Amino acid sequence: MPKKKLFEITDQPLSLDDVAARVTRPDCGAIATFAGVVRGITAMDGGQRDTDFLDYEAYTEMAESMLAQIGDEIEERWPKVKAVSILHRTGRCEIGEASVVIAVATPHRDDGCFEACRYAIERLKAIVPIWKKENWSDGQVWVEGPRQPDLDLSQPADEAAP
Amino acid sequence: MKIELRLFAGLRETAGFGEKKIELPAAATVGDLLVQLAEEYPALELADRSIYVAVNQQYAAPDVVLQEGDTVALFPPVSGGCGSGLITLE
Repeated sequence: MPKKKLFEITDQPLSLDDVAARVTRPDCGAIATFAGVVRGITAMDGGQRDTDFLDYEAYTEMAESMLAQIGDEIEERWPKVKAVSILHRTGRCEIGEASVVIAVATPHRDDGCFEACRYAIERLKAIVPIWKKENWSDGQVWVEGPRQPDLDLSQPADEAAP
Repeated sequence: MKIELRLFAGLRETAGFGEKKIELPAAATVGDLLVQLAEEYPALELADRSIYVAVNQQYAAPDVVLQEGDTVALFPPVSGGCGSGLITLE
C-alpha cells in the first residue's frame, strides 16, 4: 500500500483516526489533534444564523505546498516535533463533518505538540488558499478573510511562538 | 507573451471562468496584468477590492515581472485569513 501523504487536499471525508495514524511513530508517545467541523448554528447580534452546508474550494497544488511549508515552520520552531499531518476537504461538507484535521507527534507531551497544533490551524487560516461558501438557509456567500495588507506573509505570526 | 490566468472562489464565479490564457506585453508586471484585467473585466471590480496574487504558486507583489508561460492566480483573502500579500490597485 502506498504511503499516505502528510499534507493533502481531498474531496473525501476526513477522520481524526486517519490523520493521527499518519503521524504515529515508534519514537513518539504524544499526538495532539485538532478538527475543524462544519458549524450549523452561528450566533449573531440578536439571534442566530443557520447554515445548511458549506462548499470548500482550494487552489489544490498551491494549498498542498503551503501546508507543507507550515510543516517546515513547525519543525523549525519546535525541533522536537517528529511529524505533522494536515488534511483539508474540498467540495460540499455537511453540518458536523470535519473540514480540516491536524495531527502533531512528539516524543513526550511537553515537547510542543499542543502549541504546534494550534500554530498549524492559525497559519492555515492565514495563508493556505482555500475558500468556503456559506450556504445559509436564506442565501449563499463566499466568506473572505479580513484585509490586513500591512502584515508580512513571509513571517510566521509572533504570537504563536513557543 | 502569454500567461495562464487562474481565478478562484467569488472571482471565478463572477468572471465565469477559472482558467484563461492572457496576452501581455513583454516584461509586464503583476500590477500591469491587474490593470489590464480591471479594464477587460470590470465586473471583477479589481480596483475596489483587495486580492492575493500568486505567480507559479508563490505569493507575489505588484512589481514582480512576469515571464512567458507563468501561471498567475488571483483570489480573495482566504476564509479565516489575516495574512498579507494583499494587493490593492492604485
